[in-house]
Amino acid sequence: MWTVRGTVELNSQASEVGSGGAAAVALPARSRLRTRLRRLDSKVSPYAYIFPFFAVFGVFGVFPLGYTAWVSLTDRTLLNPVSHWVALDNYTELLHDSYFWNAVENTIAIGLISMVPQLALALVIAHVLNTKLHARTLFRMGILLPQVTSLVAVGLIFAQLFSADYGLVNYVLNQFGISNVDWEAGRLSSWVALSVMVMWRWTGYNALIYLAAMQAIPDDLYEAAAVDGARRWRQFFHITIPMLRPTIIFTVIVSTIGSLQLFTEPYLFQPNNRGLATGGSGRQYQTVTMYLYENAFGSSQFRFGYAAAIAWCLVLLIAVISIFNFLVIRRIRSAE
Amino acid sequence: MIRRNQARRRWRTVAIAITAAGALALGYLATTAAAKSHDDVTLRVSLFGDFGYHDLYKQFEQAHPGVTIKEEIQSYPDHHSALAQHLATGAGAADVEAIEVGFIAQYASTPQNFVDLREFGANGMKSRWLPWKYQQAVARNGAVIGLGTDVGSLAICYRRDLFQKAGLPSQRDAVSKLWPTWQGFLNAAQRFQAKAPKGVKFIDSGSNLYNAIVAQLSPAYYDASGKVILPSNPKVKGAWDLTMQAISKGTDAGHSAFSNDWNTGFKKGTFATVTCPAWMMGYIQGQAPATKGKWDIAAIPGGGGNWGGSFLAVPKQSSNTDMAVELAKFLTSPAAETYVFKQTGNLPSQPALLKSAAVQGFKNPFFNNAPVGQIFATSALRLKPQILGPHQGDFQNAVSQAIQRVEQGKQSPDKSWGQFLKDVKRLS
Repeated sequence: MWTVRGTVELNSQASEVGSGGAAAVALPARSRLRTRLRRLDSKVSPYAYIFPFFAVFGVFGVFPLGYTAWVSLTDRTLLNPVSHWVALDNYTELLHDSYFWNAVENTIAIGLISMVPQLALALVIAHVLNTKLHARTLFRMGILLPQVTSLVAVGLIFAQLFSADYGLVNYVLNQFGISNVDWEAGRLSSWVALSVMVMWRWTGYNALIYLAAMQAIPDDLYEAAAVDGARRWRQFFHITIPMLRPTIIFTVIVSTIGSLQLFTEPYLFQPNNRGLATGGSGRQYQTVTMYLYENAFGSSQFRFGYAAAIAWCLVLLIAVISIFNFLVIRRIRSAE
Repeated sequence: MIRRNQARRRWRTVAIAITAAGALALGYLATTAAAKSHDDVTLRVSLFGDFGYHDLYKQFEQAHPGVTIKEEIQSYPDHHSALAQHLATGAGAADVEAIEVGFIAQYASTPQNFVDLREFGANGMKSRWLPWKYQQAVARNGAVIGLGTDVGSLAICYRRDLFQKAGLPSQRDAVSKLWPTWQGFLNAAQRFQAKAPKGVKFIDSGSNLYNAIVAQLSPAYYDASGKVILPSNPKVKGAWDLTMQAISKGTDAGHSAFSNDWNTGFKKGTFATVTCPAWMMGYIQGQAPATKGKWDIAAIPGGGGNWGGSFLAVPKQSSNTDMAVELAKFLTSPAAETYVFKQTGNLPSQPALLKSAAVQGFKNPFFNNAPVGQIFATSALRLKPQILGPHQGDFQNAVSQAIQRVEQGKQSPDKSWGQFLKDVKRLS
């Protein structure tokens, strides 16, 4: 099939060449082969160039996804090599699992508490950094510093800061006459503590993205606004934010995905670090990924099938919430 | 002409690349073949803490020329879940793996993953170990998957200085007489609390108290047929009720064991007693070296009990099972266990050693020269073995959280117990 098509094309090309000029009426066999190779080259090599990416993506992206889907339909455990097909049993169980819904609720709540102030703060910081400050580069570099800190270090240090009896946060609160808060034990308090960790790490990153986008906004827009008598904050709300719309959509989607996958911070927040991923004694801050981990590795049951089902539900959840966020954010009035 | 040169050059590059790759592959084959034919063996030992083995490795390496031992230490949970993953995927496990007692029943349920030590004369050495310790690593099909390292026989570690301040006796014999039973222990707790220094509680953590009481029960969570009897066992509920009593009387500091606050509590002296398995001695010394001499050790109420202790197993995927078994045997030999006891305080699991002068006569200066060898060995020898099941460790985790919910004032004791029973049903 291949060869046939190849020769046909080659012939048509040869006749074109022939009609163009009298130079090559009979191509020598050698150069015909070369033409054929070149033809093949231009057809096949683009695929060859992108092949490595798709090969790697297939092995480390598509295959695990598909395999996880398959495992989620079995009762596979880590230690038992024999697994049985259970169809959708894992999913049915999951839908009636109150611990799973608790985890979903926690994850969304922590996501909201961390994301909204985080992105608002990032916008403000970017706006400030966009003005003519002294030592601007220093500040711009500085806000990215939390990003280069090891996540584990962040988790451990913040867990100590928020420790109930000897933590720095409570010490400071005591100075204002507020008695000790057991941050980890309470539902809302643990959410707040975790959101602080997330914000600390990601605000600078988002601010830098906003800053880059702000610098791409043409100056004449501001000049025109200034001529019309708009003050700084009015300019911010009526020029900057509308112009940043695509960037804001990007950061919201990325932070949504990130916050729905939250794991390390709450995992290390648990004071008893003996491998429990329950998110506190009452599961008050167990996220979906922690619940996945608990089922796969956190107990001696090693329920891989069930954990795989959780993973796929998480994928669905991320997709649904991302689309919802996209639709909401799109309503920001565009600059056009 | 130029183009032809380029083409030729390209072919040359390809040829060189192929030759180089081939040479590399050949070289790799040659070196691995050489390694196999030669006596050089590297054995990996994977542990979840410092077992005090360093000098023993050197001894073994000297006795077996060509053997190099590499130790890998991970945290307790990471170690055990990594082992499960390595067994599942068929690669990556070390040659000698430590398994804690909370996980041994689970691993013994898949004996096909481990070398059956009966093939290496384990039956002949059986009489060395405490019978129950040996039995814990025996699978249903009779395979022996691990050799016992230490046992965590129980005592109570207490702060002499704090007892004195609260007007309680502080000599260890007099202290032991305070609490022949757990109720006696709780009475002492209330006496202490009445005159305790400010900010100091008698008990560190409700779950540690509960663990100690349950460790003495037989049966506790599983019966001899392997059935979960936890929900219907009145003695387990009794241990829960005693723990709730300790909390409601305000004698419990309410820390979660192994948490930051608990660790800081050792340094600041905010609790006066800790349930002490033998291995806890090393933990306290590590956390609060400055409290040396302030601690002492008394007998546990209600007789002996076990908490913790480990086994050494050889996964079948080890590339050198013969030598790995040799090493596991060496590390659990009487001489090695005695050595480890003196190094770290981990108590041997072999009765002959528990009765030996080396163990019985050992005193620990950190604990006011308490005769720790005698205290822990007596407790270990008096111990009634408990039947373990595959989800032992999970139940333990779930109950710790149930106790914490009460300590944190989130749930009433009854409600928390109810949720715990639901967890048990899910887990078993």
